[in-house]
Amino acid sequence: MAVSSSPEIRVRRPNVWQQLNQVSWAWRITVVYLSIMLLIPTAAMLLRASTDGPVRFWQVATSPIALSAYEVTFVTAFIASAINGVFGTLLAWVLVRYDFPFKRIVDAIVDLPFALPTAVAGLTLATVYSDNGWIGSLLAPLGIKIAFTRLGVGVAMTFISLPFVVRTVQPVLQEMEKDVEESAWSLGASQFQTFWRVILPPLMPAILTGVALGFSRAVGEYGSTVLVAANMPFQDLIAPVLVFQRLEQYDYSGATAIGTVMLAISLGILLGINLLQAWGRRYDYK
Amino acid sequence: MTISNASNSELSQAQEPARHQEGKIKYILIGIALLYLALVLLIPAVNVFVQAFQGGVGAFLQALQTPDFIHAAQLTLIIAAIVVPVNTIFGLCAAWAIARHQFPGRALAISIIDLPFSISPVVAGLMIVLLYGRNGWLGPILEAANFRVIFALPGMIIATAFVTLPFVAREVIPVLEEVGTDQEEAARTLGAKDWEIFWRVTLPNIRWGLLYGVILTNARAMGEFGAVAVVSGNIARRTQTLPLFVEESYKQYHTQSAFAAAVILGCLAVVTLVLKEIVERKTRIKDVE
Repeated sequence: MAVSSSPEIRVRRPNVWQQLNQVSWAWRITVVYLSIMLLIPTAAMLLRASTDGPVRFWQVATSPIALSAYEVTFVTAFIASAINGVFGTLLAWVLVRYDFPFKRIVDAIVDLPFALPTAVAGLTLATVYSDNGWIGSLLAPLGIKIAFTRLGVGVAMTFISLPFVVRTVQPVLQEMEKDVEESAWSLGASQFQTFWRVILPPLMPAILTGVALGFSRAVGEYGSTVLVAANMPFQDLIAPVLVFQRLEQYDYSGATAIGTVMLAISLGILLGINLLQAWGRRYDYK
Repeated sequence: MTISNASNSELSQAQEPARHQEGKIKYILIGIALLYLALVLLIPAVNVFVQAFQGGVGAFLQALQTPDFIHAAQLTLIIAAIVVPVNTIFGLCAAWAIARHQFPGRALAISIIDLPFSISPVVAGLMIVLLYGRNGWLGPILEAANFRVIFALPGMIIATAFVTLPFVAREVIPVLEEVGTDQEEAARTLGAKDWEIFWRVTLPNIRWGLLYGVILTNARAMGEFGAVAVVSGNIARRTQTLPLFVEESYKQYHTQSAFAAAVILGCLAVVTLVLKEIVERKTRIKDVE
């Protein structure tokens, strides 16, 4: 970037009012649109949740079926995103460090879950991993059923959260200097030591950010999971499907209570991701 | 785990030249990575196309000519045609407002824009139902005006706009920050108006980031399932988009129709990936310059 700037010459005077006035239309559109689209609907849900009173809210939000749905959702999403933490890091490593045929295509395919509509993902995963599907039929003789069980939910969550770790780790790996590793080697460190002590620590914030992003997506996922699961209460019913079922039965209190719990947890995850990213930035300027 | 295991087994041979070891590990790692990608992504993706054409091209084409499919495809296009421009304009405004100003709570503003990514689409749909539905805040007013939002097109548009809100802003903000304000300020001293500055200076600078955001917005708008499913009621030939059509056909055991529609949506994904690759190449070329 060849930018010949002269920092002494500042056209804009530090007059706050004038600055705001200059782009006020952009500001107004942003604030109004955000309020209508995001803040008012959120407020509507929170107020609706509060009208039932805390006792009733707590009863609905912690009913056995809701608790089992949270358990299925969060535990399965955690396992799926952790698996992607390992394999996503490996994929990023392979894509950054090695050359092999069709590497560019492989790199592009990683983004497929972002581009492919989730209903299509659910449909094809249910088919491939069903008892007579391409992969399911190989596992069926071993007594492993994937589609229409909790394992299927896990596979769908793994699918949709796959790109996050790869895409957060890739740029960090690209910027990492190879000579640090090489000096570790020349000082007699084994490959395992080099990986564990030299390569992994600076990657950790990126890996965890990717895992958290994938987890956040997996927890909220509906389209692919609803198709690949049997949606049986206490077995593979996930929280988003439970919200949907409550709404279909016109049980607005039930849907709102579970929806509010999910919203609170999403906000917690968002906060966690922001903290992780701030932690990752400490490696930026050293 | 895998990486450490692979390295562990090599520990005993630490005396060997590092290069030789690296070569062996390289192929093991590439193999594991590609196997994982194939199991989770590639085989399912190929399966969509194989299933759709299992009954031959004729059956595939026939499935695309049913009135239900045609209506669903039209509705999907209409929603994208409305949501993509609206969210592009908003995204540009928000990006400019945030990237060009330092103000207290700036990090919070970015987090708020990101919010739709962390809210479950079903919960997003629920919020819209609670706001515009019969028992919602605005329900009575809308009913008096005889204007249906829930179980109708407006609700579906709002739901789609909600889930695709962040894409343009979050792609454009980093580009705007990187480009800086020098060129815009130079244009201003030369007497350009706000609109001229935007059109001739800012827009050319951010065009690839913007295009990237628009592509992602469009892909998600056409593919959105959860939020739209909640607000639409999923009535065939009235409020059924293509993703909803896929699910409905699958549940009714119309596998051929489900996979035919899935192929159309799958092509959307392929086009998205190709466009994305082109955009990335263009930005990379710009980086080198």
